[in-house]
Amino acid sequence: MSPTTVVVTGLGTTSPLGGDVDSTWEGMLAGRSGANRLEHDWAEQLPVRIAAEVAVEPAEVLDRVKARRMDRSAQFAVVAAQEAWTDAGLPGTELDPERLGVVIASGIGGVTTLLSNYDALLAKGPRRVSPLAVPMLMPNSPAANIGLLYGAQAGVHTPVSACASGNEAISLGIDMIRLGRADIVIVGGTEAAIHPLPMAAFANMMALSKRDDDPALVSRPWDLARDGFLLGEGAGVLVIESAEHASSRGARVYACVAGAGITADSHDIAQPDPAGRGGTRAIARALYDSKLAAGDIQHINAHATSTPQGDIAEGLMIHATLGDAADDVVVTSTKSMTGHLLGAAGALESIATIKALHHRQVPPTINLDDLDPAVELDIATSVRELPDGDIAALNNSFGFGGHNVAIAFTTV
Amino acid sequence: MATTEDIRSTLAEIVNDVAGIPAEDVQLDKSFTDDLDVDSLSMVEVVVEAEEKFDVKIPDDEVKNLKTVGDAVAFIERAQA
Repeated sequence: MSPTTVVVTGLGTTSPLGGDVDSTWEGMLAGRSGANRLEHDWAEQLPVRIAAEVAVEPAEVLDRVKARRMDRSAQFAVVAAQEAWTDAGLPGTELDPERLGVVIASGIGGVTTLLSNYDALLAKGPRRVSPLAVPMLMPNSPAANIGLLYGAQAGVHTPVSACASGNEAISLGIDMIRLGRADIVIVGGTEAAIHPLPMAAFANMMALSKRDDDPALVSRPWDLARDGFLLGEGAGVLVIESAEHASSRGARVYACVAGAGITADSHDIAQPDPAGRGGTRAIARALYDSKLAAGDIQHINAHATSTPQGDIAEGLMIHATLGDAADDVVVTSTKSMTGHLLGAAGALESIATIKALHHRQVPPTINLDDLDPAVELDIATSVRELPDGDIAALNNSFGFGGHNVAIAFTTV
Repeated sequence: MATTEDIRSTLAEIVNDVAGIPAEDVQLDKSFTDDLDVDSLSMVEVVVEAEEKFDVKIPDDEVKNLKTVGDAVAFIERAQA
């Protein structure tokens, strides 16, 4: 029996480039950086004072009382889910709640709620710790809030695999549909960790760029002058469903989620395998799962975070899996514009991959002035067109802990 | 000394801030749960805010007795006396 075909029918985001998919996509095509200098008082002491904050504060969009009961990460997720739900044409549609699932990932969870309540505990005592702290800080809170919003009863899940979390959520959503446990799954990732503690921690582990000049120049995947990633925040949410269900309700289909590959390095808690073996196996498995050949892949939205090691390793993975066909693939890293959204990265970049297939346009990698000679890839430095006909694209995500997830999308 | 109306109106501002209930709806005869839809977690927030605003202690055991806005206002009046 051939597996159920899974399609994408709705997209939503709130990102450093815009408060929705259209503005984010326009920003990407324009090669606009979402980075900004942090104006908060707490940033003055930090070794890194540049990040990529969301373009539209969720408080401007959400009901005040609902928003104050959610961590910032859940606020982002709900904003993105509302857009995806509407985009999928689902408002007013009669659905069986037992066939509706949610898989929303987070790398770190409600860290700002945890830390602000600790501040309150130290300053004013235990009585001032919010009774809402636990339901706000738990990492499954964004998924649970979305599940509540739409009455999802097929299962509400939260994978946590650092920077691979968003892609892992999409992969688990595919499984739910293929295994017959749901017809529609709201999938994606969210992250809100622009706070002095996580920023200091990432900086101290030498993961963040220490550049302190023009914020727009910080994130520069594959460029010789890259020195670490730019921390971003936001959420990406997709509505995926069985092709049969989408067809039965006459839904607009952006792309097929053809398949996924998940592997683990088991190499080091923070360093990627320098040979990229785990990532290579993830890409190979995604191709196998999707029944795609190397030559079908026309575009890759790379993980490429702008770290010295990781960007090189991913190039090796792409060559190891695609062979000679790698030369014909247009590769980009939208992190050059959005920064690294950690647990939301895979979801936002899957949206960019789907939009690229849908519009047959690949957004550029900005700041690639001086390509690292260790990288042999055809990287888009301006908007590139994709060919007509049936084509496929990959989105890669790799996370601390050695998590690797590649997702394959195809045109419809 | 704060009047009953002063206490009610300050409490109404807290309930509005925490639960989004219009302050003018927060009248003495209203039940927090049945009329104002204040759930148990929001009630704890209201109580903690009220303790700080009125400089009183409202023990957890006492909270279940504060069924109406009037109950809460009366408790605060007694505690301040």
